[in-house]
Amino acid sequence: MASIPPEFKVSIDSARCRKCGICVNNCSFGALEFGDDRVIPDDSKCVACYRCVSKCPDNAITITNYQWANRGNANWTPETTSNIQKQAEFGGILLSGMGNPRPHKIIWDHLLIDACQVTNPSIDPLREPMELRTYLGKKPDNLEFVENKEGEIELATELQPQVKLDVPVVFAAMSYGAVSLNAHKALAMAAKKSGTLMNTGEGGLHEDLYQYSDNIMVQVASGRFGVHNEYLNTCSMIEIKIGQGAKPGIGGHLPGEKVGEEISKTRMIPSGTDVLSPAPHHDIYSIEDLSQLIYALKEATNYEKPVGVKISAVHNVAAIASGVVRAGADVLTIDGYRGGSGASPMVIRDNVGIPIELALATVDQRLRDEGIRNRASILCAGSIRSSADIAKAVALGADAVVIGTAALIAMGCSVCQRCYTGNCAWGIATQKPELVKRLDPETAAQKLTNLLSGWSFELKEILGSLGVNSIESLRGNRERLRGYELDEKTLELLGIKSAGVGQ
Amino acid sequence: MVKRIDCKNLYYRHLNKIIQDEAESGETEFILDNLNGQRYLGTGINKAVNITVNGTPGSDCAVFMNGPTLTINGNAQDMIANTMNMGKITVHGNVGDVVGYGMRGGKLFIKGDVGYRAGIHMKEYKSQIPVIISGGTARDFLGEYMAGGIFILLGIGSDSEIITGDYLGTGMHGGVIYIRGDVENDTLGKEVKKLDIDEEDRRILRQYLTEYSQDFGFDVDEIMSKSFIKLLPLSSRPYENLYVY
Repeated sequence: MASIPPEFKVSIDSARCRKCGICVNNCSFGALEFGDDRVIPDDSKCVACYRCVSKCPDNAITITNYQWANRGNANWTPETTSNIQKQAEFGGILLSGMGNPRPHKIIWDHLLIDACQVTNPSIDPLREPMELRTYLGKKPDNLEFVENKEGEIELATELQPQVKLDVPVVFAAMSYGAVSLNAHKALAMAAKKSGTLMNTGEGGLHEDLYQYSDNIMVQVASGRFGVHNEYLNTCSMIEIKIGQGAKPGIGGHLPGEKVGEEISKTRMIPSGTDVLSPAPHHDIYSIEDLSQLIYALKEATNYEKPVGVKISAVHNVAAIASGVVRAGADVLTIDGYRGGSGASPMVIRDNVGIPIELALATVDQRLRDEGIRNRASILCAGSIRSSADIAKAVALGADAVVIGTAALIAMGCSVCQRCYTGNCAWGIATQKPELVKRLDPETAAQKLTNLLSGWSFELKEILGSLGVNSIESLRGNRERLRGYELDEKTLELLGIKSAGVGQ
Repeated sequence: MVKRIDCKNLYYRHLNKIIQDEAESGETEFILDNLNGQRYLGTGINKAVNITVNGTPGSDCAVFMNGPTLTINGNAQDMIANTMNMGKITVHGNVGDVVGYGMRGGKLFIKGDVGYRAGIHMKEYKSQIPVIISGGTARDFLGEYMAGGIFILLGIGSDSEIITGDYLGTGMHGGVIYIRGDVENDTLGKEVKKLDIDEEDRRILRQYLTEYSQDFGFDVDEIMSKSFIKLLPLSSRPYENLYVY
């Protein structure tokens, strides 16, 4: 890549550097080496993952953006030109990791939450009970009761299977293959500690994780890797993956070099072969076909588990969601255009799909208008960054949210967006044993648990300030949101008033 | 004891529940009469029971099936043996499209024809190798995305010399397709190559075709007397150079 200028510049402060070599050993991208009795950086290989910076005992390393002379050209930016140079050099599709990084307006940040003053007292969550518990699954259209012999009232309606979440946050589908086994373990352990779910992604479930079955959502995607009876029954719910926010309409490839013995065993394919998940499920070409697969999964699991469907937020998402719910999905996951990925064609990641806020609001409204909102829970995914985002998502209609990138950051990820290289310096998105061991599952699980704990406290504060004592009371309560610096159409689609407008 | 069930007007969920419950309490032999379109037959059982079907099972017959043996005296609809793990199916008739999608183990023996996209994304792991044999012809996209397993197409009684459709083995990156007779080169997907069979192939073919012939009353020597070709993927890494890092 000699003709392509580097993105980052690594500077070593020789006055501070004691030449201990820790940085050289820690750089998994080969950007640092010893020579001539000093550390010599290779800027072209640096991805700014900050592993070396965080491990340097002398604070001797600085990474900066490689400074291009400002030619004043806002159209042919350094990124645009270097992408063209890469493709001119190698041909092929530009690959990228994580979610869409472009500086588009983030609607969450233009939503403002209400609070009580004077006439409607707020609640102190430290003093009074505050309920964050949520149940995922199909709710009945109506409830029927009968009186038993003793004269007591009993519920006569047969309830569908439900999954209990103690916090309204589940971990996103990230497959073993895209992430390491230690990352999968950490997610499972944290899900158990926090009373929520981790999602296996489409790469099967390693036997070491079977013990966490109550806190696992298993995924069934087009490649059907590792999908067998034991897998389908070692979970508390199943998700059919149709789409992913980072790559709507695009399948996945796990390159053969990542398919070692353990992944081969978990996915049940030979080592070293490319693992292809084509975009469509070959048995789904209609809502009726989707329904057929939903009920096939229910049939295989004795109707004991909710079956969800994950779609990406695309232009016609509300109508699609309606079809998905009518097909029998118990849980609908919508993944917005900022949703992450271990590997996605950049052109798709950055240009396809719509913002999750608009998708969520229009889907929730559509299902309400059609009188079928109760038939499925809604999980909202695609760059949930804070407890405020969660509260806003719930107010727009979500039952719970999904976090992928935020969970990775909690485990140590620095969002260098090089997941697809398999060189993750933090032991997360890699299969190299020497890197995987850098991630201690126990420690990472504790960090994830801490994050959910912190967000739970904050959510309770938000609920308390709103004067409600449960997340249920905020759900779909758009009156408690106002939009700031949003245009009329966006406000209309979100179903909220402008800031400054009272009741 | 044999459990005999008249399936006329029986909803699939009810029917399957009866079979699952009976199998759970020890029944191993089932005969299903008048089966007509009920889905997911053989799913959710996880035991080596025998189910004889007089009629036509509906779509997704044996989806995720894990153990049972199905004998179908009739045709079967689309997506039979979808993601099947273990067991055996013999179909004394023809089957529809997307046969054996993601099939990961067990055997699917079909006396007659298969539709479009048969054997799509079959896969194998070590000793767990799924086998599909069709005695008739196949439509387009046979063995699409195939990642493992064995597909054998025989064309018995076919009037035409060509028993396959277009786009043979498109996206194939594992497994093997054996075809009795020959295929036209311009129908091959760009990821496969056509080869003559060798002694090891003949041994494999004879092994599976002996069982197949016994099931359907064919003469294995007669089947083996005609020449075969095999299709193999050019690479297990078909898209290795697709991306720029």
